[in-house]
Amino acid sequence: MLKIESLRAAVHGTEILKGIDLSVRAGEVHAIMGPNGSGKSTLAQVLAGRESYEVTGGTVTLDGKDLLGMPPEDRAREGLFLAFQYPVEIPGVTNIYFLKAALNAIRKHRGEPEMDAIDFLAYVRERMKLVEMDESFLNRSVNEGFSGGEKKRNEIFQMAVLDPKLAILDETDSGLDIDALKIVAAGVNAMRAPDRAIVVVTHYQRLLDYIVPDRVHVLADGRIVRSGDRSLALELEKKGYAWLEEGVAG
Amino acid sequence: MKTETQSVEDLARREYRYGFVTDIEADSVPPGLSEEIIRLISGKKREPAFMLEWRLKAFRHWLTMKEPTWANIHHPPIDYQQIVYYSAPKSQTGPKSVEEVDPELLKTYEKLGIPLSERAALAGVAVDAVFDSVSVATTFKEKLRSMGIVFCSFSEAVAEHPDLVERWLGSVVPITDNFFASLNSAVFTDGSFCYVPKGVRCPMELSTYFRINAAKTGQFERTLIVADEGSEVSYLEGCTAPMRDENQLHAAVVELVALAGASIKYSTVQNWYPGDKDGKGGIYNFVTKRGKCAGFRSKISWTQVETGSSITWKYPSCILQGDESVGEFYSVALTNNRQQADTGTKMIHIGKDTRSTIVSKGISAGFGQNTYRGAVKVLPGATNARNYSQCDSMLLGDTCGAHTFPYIDVANPTATVEHEASTSKIGEDQIFYFQSRGLSKEDAVNMIVNGFCKEVFRELPMEFAVEAQKLLGVSLEGSVG
Repeated sequence: MLKIESLRAAVHGTEILKGIDLSVRAGEVHAIMGPNGSGKSTLAQVLAGRESYEVTGGTVTLDGKDLLGMPPEDRAREGLFLAFQYPVEIPGVTNIYFLKAALNAIRKHRGEPEMDAIDFLAYVRERMKLVEMDESFLNRSVNEGFSGGEKKRNEIFQMAVLDPKLAILDETDSGLDIDALKIVAAGVNAMRAPDRAIVVVTHYQRLLDYIVPDRVHVLADGRIVRSGDRSLALELEKKGYAWLEEGVAG
Repeated sequence: MKTETQSVEDLARREYRYGFVTDIEADSVPPGLSEEIIRLISGKKREPAFMLEWRLKAFRHWLTMKEPTWANIHHPPIDYQQIVYYSAPKSQTGPKSVEEVDPELLKTYEKLGIPLSERAALAGVAVDAVFDSVSVATTFKEKLRSMGIVFCSFSEAVAEHPDLVERWLGSVVPITDNFFASLNSAVFTDGSFCYVPKGVRCPMELSTYFRINAAKTGQFERTLIVADEGSEVSYLEGCTAPMRDENQLHAAVVELVALAGASIKYSTVQNWYPGDKDGKGGIYNFVTKRGKCAGFRSKISWTQVETGSSITWKYPSCILQGDESVGEFYSVALTNNRQQADTGTKMIHIGKDTRSTIVSKGISAGFGQNTYRGAVKVLPGATNARNYSQCDSMLLGDTCGAHTFPYIDVANPTATVEHEASTSKIGEDQIFYFQSRGLSKEDAVNMIVNGFCKEVFRELPMEFAVEAQKLLGVSLEGSVG
């Protein structure tokens, strides 16, 4: 589904991604781990199309379509979803209005009819259960005044509503207490499906106790230095990232 | 690499939709201003003697005045002798029934989305259409007349209700008020007049649609609304002009009078031609709007959405004379490209227990300069007066400006005056967030700006709120790259 080949990217002239190769098939959950500054978040942002990152080489395709040539909104309409590490606040725009506009933009792109307010409300109520959200939250402004945990839950809720082909979760676990982590993980697990791929970006192994990945990749200094199954994550936790860097050096 | 500044400054813009010119023969007076011209205008309008006297008095006073320079706006000097002060479609000699209106004019209003024939007229809205210097048609006049409501062009009011005009004209904005108001008093050619009798609740929205068509012509209209005791009226004005390279002057005066227990709601959607992206052309909009809450528990509420004009100079105000009277001002002002707006309100508390609310939302994009200027004045007799002001500014990009000048003058120790202000900026991270959910940059800006203006749009009559939202979208078109 997602195919990344020799991807290079720079920010303010400094190269952060130095040749990434990664292939994720439909139905799979991949975890990308790595120390701070290894390029994990950059990879997530580059895939979503953030303009402040400059792609300097390589290709990325989603179901065979060239992703890098599309503006960010087209990537989203093609089924890519990024759950942000730091979701931004949008004062004055309610969650329900925002989500309805987003869903309908995606549906329109797919050639499906737009959903009216009544159908949308019924649909959204059903999706809210996945992340145990209260309905009052729909009429609040997007992320405004939300706690860190609420913001992260909102990201997963949006994913559930927009029903993407490929979801990239950028450090969704950071700043969550254990109860919130469990809720978020349950939401993600409920979204696992044979026609959907999920890429989980995380610093800690902890999240992977709840969202069990099919593959684990370790990113260091802008390259994937090791790939393996779940046991790689456990080994990392035991030995720390330093072990890996030594391994690379040696 | 694109930074936030670049993407926001990357301006393009959609054509101003109402920029066409109607080809119609006009009866105009030569450019320039003198007593002779004023006599000519007054004569063409067959006005009674009191009107001519009033105009001449205003003109003589105007000659002693200087154009004000305190506003935060910049423009080349206006040559008042180059302006044509009267221009009327030739086919239109006086107010007629809609059936007799020149088809070319009907077509113009049709194109502007304002059908004037009674069959097609907007349901629930009575419209007075003013084309250059004259009113060309007023819809639903008969229906309103049956309830005792007078809604007609100003010329018609002068002819048919001279007593009402003489009594109230200049009672809120006197002829000596300010440079532009004095000029207007001397030369105003038409406008709308409305009188709602005691205890009558006007069953429909009243609306005036102003259109400047002729070149090098100023528009000087006068609106006077009187709501007698216990009556209620909601009034809306809209305006557009052709795209022209030269600047055109629009200096209107609006006077509102609310007697005891009466309520007037006055909404404006101002969409004069704003000039092109380099600031060439556009309307200079120097307008005096003031309402007097003359009686006990009277209420005047101004709502304005200002998106057009190259320069906006406008301060719809309330004189809260009656005890327990209420004044409100809700404003959205948007400046894009080279537009300048210096706008706000004055709330003058005279009576006891008077209340006022000010909600101002300024949006600047491109090289736009947006100034809020407001005064809250509490006089010694205004025991327990209360005011709440909220002024929010939003910036798109970093070549535009937002300025706030609140003046607060309290002479009664029991008064409560509150002022809140904020400035925000649409961030690149916010726009990216929308994009990552499948929404375009323009959707993002529209949704954020509309969210920002929600409190004001809520005050507009339903159908105009929708119109205002669309208008903001068009005005901001291309303000993010």
